[in-house]
Amino acid sequence: MSAPLLDVDNVSVTFNVTRQGAWPWTPPGKLQAVKDATIALEPGKTLGLVGESGSGKSTLARAIVGTVHASAGRVLWRGEDLRAMSPARQRAHGRHVQMIFQDPLAALNPRMTVGQVVAEPLTTHYPDLSKSEVRERVGKMMERVGLLPALVNRYPHEFSGGQCQRIGIARALITEPELVVCDEPVSALDVSVQAQVVNLLQDLQRERGLSLLFIAHDLSVVRHISHKIAVMYLGRIVESAAAADLIANPRHPYTRALIASVPIPSPKAERARHRPVLEGELPSPLAPPSGCVFRTRCPIVRPACAERVPPVEHVGPDHVVACPYHGQDAEAQSSTA
Amino acid sequence: MLATKAIADDLAGAAPIKGRSLWADARARFFRNKAAVAGLFVLVCVAAFALFGPLIATWNYEDIDWTVLGNVAEAGRPSLENGHWFGTDALGRDLFARTAQGTQVSLMVGIVGALISVIVGTFYGAVAGYFGGRIDGVMMRVVDVLMSIPYMFVLILLLVVFGRSMLMLFIGIGLVSWLDMARIARGQTLTLRNKEFVEAAVATGVGPFTIIRRHIVPNLLGVVIVYATLLVPSMIIYESFISFLGLGVQEPLTSWGALINDGAAEMNNGTLWMLLVPLFFFVITLFGFFFVGDGLRDALDPKDR
Repeated sequence: MSAPLLDVDNVSVTFNVTRQGAWPWTPPGKLQAVKDATIALEPGKTLGLVGESGSGKSTLARAIVGTVHASAGRVLWRGEDLRAMSPARQRAHGRHVQMIFQDPLAALNPRMTVGQVVAEPLTTHYPDLSKSEVRERVGKMMERVGLLPALVNRYPHEFSGGQCQRIGIARALITEPELVVCDEPVSALDVSVQAQVVNLLQDLQRERGLSLLFIAHDLSVVRHISHKIAVMYLGRIVESAAAADLIANPRHPYTRALIASVPIPSPKAERARHRPVLEGELPSPLAPPSGCVFRTRCPIVRPACAERVPPVEHVGPDHVVACPYHGQDAEAQSSTA
Repeated sequence: MLATKAIADDLAGAAPIKGRSLWADARARFFRNKAAVAGLFVLVCVAAFALFGPLIATWNYEDIDWTVLGNVAEAGRPSLENGHWFGTDALGRDLFARTAQGTQVSLMVGIVGALISVIVGTFYGAVAGYFGGRIDGVMMRVVDVLMSIPYMFVLILLLVVFGRSMLMLFIGIGLVSWLDMARIARGQTLTLRNKEFVEAAVATGVGPFTIIRRHIVPNLLGVVIVYATLLVPSMIIYESFISFLGLGVQEPLTSWGALINDGAAEMNNGTLWMLLVPLFFFVITLFGFFFVGDGLRDALDPKDR
C-alpha cells in the first residue's frame, strides 16, 4: 500500500442551526453533518462515496476541499494538516484539489464566458502566465474534454447540461490537480450523457494519474468507476472496502439494502430476486438516534444497538464495517433466501 | 469523438464564435419594450436640452431683461420675438436659459446621488453579505442606525451649519442615498453566496475580494441598475424639496425645485408659465426614468428567461 495522498482522520463537521423564531440568546442547535469519518485516498485511485440524500457525503467532500471547516479531526494532505494551514496557504493548496459539482449550470458564473470560467483557476494560481499562453491552454483543455475551442466566447446558458459538466471538468483539470472531488457529477444528467462523463473522467484519470473522490447516491455508477467504496449513513461511514469486495460480500445491513436497491436490467432476474426494502426515512441529523444511528431502520436491530456506538471492525483486508452483528446477519440472510 | 476532432481542427484557424451574453439578451429585450424606449428618448432629449440649451439661448441665465422688468405679466410672456421662448421669471430673467441651467443641476444631483449609491451601496452590501456573520451584523446595524436618523433634518443641518453649496448638497445626498442600496445588495449577495459557482471559486483558491468583484458584483448589477434608475427621480425630488424650502442651490444658480418654488409664488399674478415650464420638464423626466426603470427590470429579470 503506497502512502496516501489524502488522509481523512476522524473528521467531524458540526453546523450551528438556529431554530426559526428563537431568541438571539438561545443556544443554537447542533447539526452533526459528519461524525468521525475516516477515509484514505491513494494516488491515481478512485474512492467512491455512497449514501442516500442527507447522509453527509457532500459535507465531507467540502471539508476535504476546505470550503467547510471540520470541527474535529484532521484532513491530511500528503501528511500536512489542512486546518493548520494559513488562509493564503490554503488558497494556494486549491491548485492540487479541485471540485466538480452536481448542478453543472449553477456551477458556472452566468456572466462569464466559458473561456473566462475555465481560465480562472489558471490565472489565480499562475498570475504570471501570458494571455496567449492562457488562451492556448484553455483551448487545449476544452478540446481534451470534447468541446470545440472556438466556443470560448460563449456563455454557459448556451450549452446543454452535459456540455456544462464538461466545462466544469475542464475548469477542474486546468491546473493539473492531483485530486478531483466529484460531488455527484452525473446525477443531474441523462443516462447516456452520464456514461460519457464517467468515461471522460476515467480516461483523464488514466492519462494524468488523477485521484478521484467520486460521490453519488447511485451505487451502479460508483461501482463502475471506483477502486474503493465507502458507504455513509447519517454522517457516519458504516462500511468501506475494495469495490469488488464490497459488492460481492457486503457486511453492513445498510450496504446490503443499498445493493439490493440497484435494479437489475433483466425483468426475470429482477422479479426472482429477494429485495429487502428499507422502511422509514432518514432520522433528523439534529437528533440522531442513540448508539447505532442505523438502528431505527435496521432489519436485524437488537436492544443492545441503542446503548453503544458500534465499534469499527476489520473484517478483511481493507474491509471495515461498523456493525457488531454483521456475521450473524449473513447466516440469517442465507436461511431466509 | 473523431468527428469532433476534425471539426475542431477545421475551426482552430477560424475566429472564435462570439457568444450572446445575458447583457446582450437583456438589451434586445429592452429595445423591444416601446414604453421604455420612449422613456429613454425623452431622457435623451432632456439631457440634450440641459447640455445644449444654454448654447442656443439668446439670453444668459443670470442677466435681467430691463425692458421686461416691472411688466413681466405682459412683456415677459413666452414669445419668439424678444427671444424669451419660455418667457421670463419675476425678475425678468430668461426662463429658457434658467430652465436649461436648472435641468443641469437637477440631473447632476440625481445622477451623482445614484452613482454614489451604486458604488458605495453595492460594494458595502456585497462585502457585508459575502463575509456574513459578525461583520455582516455590525455593518448592517450601522446602516440601520443611519437610516433611523431623519435624513431631511441632517441635510438641513448640514446646509445651515456649513453654508449652502453644491458640494454640501452632494455630500448630504450621498450620505443617505447608499443605505437602501446597501440593503438590497446585501440581500442579493446572501443568495448568490450559496451558489455553486461561488463555491467553485472559493475551492479554487480565489481571494475573497476578487470573488466579490468577479462573481458577486456582476450578478448583482441587474438589480442594482434597476434600482438606480428608480433612485434618480427620488434624488431629484429630494433636491427639489430642499430647494423648495430655500436651502438648495444658491442664486443665480437654480434647479427645478427652485424654479417651481418661484413659479408657485407668482401663481396669482397671471404668470402661470413660470410654474408650468419647469414643472413640465420635471414631470416628463420622472416619467422617463420610471419607464426606463420598468423596462430595465423586465429586461433583466431572470424569472422571465
